[in-house]
Amino acid sequence: MEELIKVKNLNLFFGSKHILKSINMSIYKKSVTAVIGPSGCGKSTYLRCFNRMNDYNGAKIDGEIMLDGEDINSKNTDVTKLRMKVGMVFQKPNPFAKSIFENVAFGLKIHGKLKTYEIENRVEESLKSVWLWDEVKDRLKESALLLSGGQQQRLCMARALATNPEIVLLDEPTSALDPNSTRKIEDLCLELKGKVTILIVTHNIAQAARISDYTAFLYLGELIEYNETKLIFTVPKDKKTEEYISGKFG
Amino acid sequence: MKTKEFLFKYVSFLAASLSILFLLGIILSIFKEGIPLFKEINVFDFIFGRRWHPTDEPPDFGILSLIIGSISVTIGALIVGVPLGVGSAIYVSEIASSNAKEILKPFIEILAGIPSVIYGLFGMNILAPIVRKIFNIPIGLNIFSTSIILGIMIIPFVSSLSEDALRSVSKDVREASYALGANRIETIFKVIVPAALPGIIASIILGFGRAIGETMVVLMVSGGTATIPSSIFSPVRPMTSAIASEMGETVKGSLHFQALYGIAIVLLIITLLSNLLMQWFVSREKNEKKIY
Amino acid sequence: MKRKFIEILGETFLRLSIIISLIFLFLFLFMIFSKGIKVISWEFLTRMPRSGMTKGGIYPAILGTFWITIVSIFIAFPIGIFSGIFLSEYGKPKWLVDIIKTSINTLSGTPSIVFGLFGLSVFVIGLNLKVSILSGGLTLAILILPTIINSTVEAINSVPFDFREAALSLGATKSQVIRNVVLPYAMPGILTGTIISVGRAAGETAPILFTAATFYSRRLPKSLMDEVMAMPYHIYALMTEGTSPQYQIPIAYGTAIVLLILILFINGSAIFLRYRIRKRRG
Repeated sequence: MEELIKVKNLNLFFGSKHILKSINMSIYKKSVTAVIGPSGCGKSTYLRCFNRMNDYNGAKIDGEIMLDGEDINSKNTDVTKLRMKVGMVFQKPNPFAKSIFENVAFGLKIHGKLKTYEIENRVEESLKSVWLWDEVKDRLKESALLLSGGQQQRLCMARALATNPEIVLLDEPTSALDPNSTRKIEDLCLELKGKVTILIVTHNIAQAARISDYTAFLYLGELIEYNETKLIFTVPKDKKTEEYISGKFG
Repeated sequence: MKTKEFLFKYVSFLAASLSILFLLGIILSIFKEGIPLFKEINVFDFIFGRRWHPTDEPPDFGILSLIIGSISVTIGALIVGVPLGVGSAIYVSEIASSNAKEILKPFIEILAGIPSVIYGLFGMNILAPIVRKIFNIPIGLNIFSTSIILGIMIIPFVSSLSEDALRSVSKDVREASYALGANRIETIFKVIVPAALPGIIASIILGFGRAIGETMVVLMVSGGTATIPSSIFSPVRPMTSAIASEMGETVKGSLHFQALYGIAIVLLIITLLSNLLMQWFVSREKNEKKIY
Repeated sequence: MKRKFIEILGETFLRLSIIISLIFLFLFLFMIFSKGIKVISWEFLTRMPRSGMTKGGIYPAILGTFWITIVSIFIAFPIGIFSGIFLSEYGKPKWLVDIIKTSINTLSGTPSIVFGLFGLSVFVIGLNLKVSILSGGLTLAILILPTIINSTVEAINSVPFDFREAALSLGATKSQVIRNVVLPYAMPGILTGTIISVGRAAGETAPILFTAATFYSRRLPKSLMDEVMAMPYHIYALMTEGTSPQYQIPIAYGTAIVLLILILFINGSAIFLRYRIRKRRG
């Protein structure tokens, strides 16, 4: 497997609180990597390191995250360009109060290099890739807020995919959805991994087992174990991992 | 890209800084026009002088009667407006159903939006004749009529700030009081109002500032006599009224012109102080909330 | 027994205080309308005044109020929005923000007649703009600025962080987030505050007494440098100047009706807009 991202000795502090402790791991191209762990273990904060969304909450970070041979935490990194390469979908569906079309086109338009027909093509492509095109193609001009919760979340995925990112970060994307919509998102992850790398944070252990190729178990800010999913769930090396995936704590 | 970001931030910064500039501009311009007066007349005589005869030969520029005029109508306005304003606020936030609230609040806002000159018209032409008849006095344009109109004018300001304060009292306190067997009125006056007191005091200071700075109503309703009042039915000439009615007759740079700016200095100092006091009470309220 | 009595007394007082305010409001509106309704006609709205203000219409005063208000909003709206953006989105350095906020609060508590004197000394005399629409509009712009800034700050602070996050995660820069996501969402709230300011500017008298208004003009304003008649000042002047109160007072009431309807309409639309926003956001 080819490496896309290499995390080297990553530490993160909020003031004096040590949130992430010396994390080292590699994320592999065109695979689904899941980060699991009990709530409060720092998994969302960890995810937000990959597109520098921790820039706004006063976090102090050291260590390296290498993407395409460059450290994304370096001062020279153009954060807006980085975020075109690293898409993100949040816990709660958060479409803008704009039309369906404008939502998907947002990332393309703010970087402003494409012609109108190119944008239209990319919007259609993105909506197709999340299986939303047939549901919305006749009402692209309608407000995105009129969609159901599951549709909104898929729209947010389309929005993140529209700029052709190398990796998409999913922050507990199904925690606000009903079982049906959840399944659709999960199926989508399996379908998409041929095209794009996916890093998903989830509190749902079964979900990690269903869709991921690699699983990282994070506990109190430490990376306890990281391996192929089938190994983690069958022969975990660490006792904590075993206890967590068997539901002894959570 | 970078320059665009910088430009946007810089324009915002400049726009925001204008507020400081405007405030300084107001203070400086008023002082600049008014200060030269005090080369001719000492400050003490200006503030405590009893005679305001700016057009006599020689003129007298003592504004004590104007200050007393302003203070008397302002106190009258607070006597009328504070109970009604705070009472309305308590009613709206503690007693009214949410439907009644939806209807009542816009009406109070409408009261706030009525131009002061129309209040003045009402006071001058409708209220004053009634007051004259009821109390059998020679003139209805006096402290009493002015206080009523000013009092009603400040109701919406007092009530909206008080309501903010009442609303921010936590629900738990309310329920705790009910759980101890207090009835609604006891809960309101012994628990909620004391908890909201800094905000309510701030609203009263806001009302004070509004009343003492109001021009059109006092200009039209207060009677305009620059003497120290002897009763609540005496006509007065509050500071704002003197400025508004006399400025048109003065020559720029004359002593009278400077004296009117001098009055504005006094007015500005009073409102600046009351404003700072109000902000102090508002911030105190917020700080107290943080502790809990 | 005593406890019950106090409870009833207390509730009666609270209920009375709102009832008195409402009764006054209705009585007030009723009296103004009943005294002025007879002079209202199409001609009253569209004609020039005649015979030393004792006959004819108030068209120039309506026009004057319109222009002064437009000028003030044109100046105050952009300044207000950018100020609000700075205070709520950039907000650094903190000491500067604190000074700006204190200045805004102080401005909003300054008596309107003081604004009038400021306008007289700075715009009319200092910048030599004369008594004109421009001087009056500038003076009123500063008067209404705090309202617009405060409503902008409030509206921007109500934008959920989710939206900002989503835009940032798509690679938007700070100003793109503000322009494309924050402002569109906040705009109805900002407009509500702005509409209320329009009503305020249209109804103010003291700030335009020495900066823009004139009792009588024979012609309509041709440029921003002309002095104008304005409705609020017209009411005041009709009641205090001139020699034929028996003709002037009804015209004053008629002008008051026109001004009141205008302002009730303006404030009513602001209230309605805010109601809509609240409904939409649940």
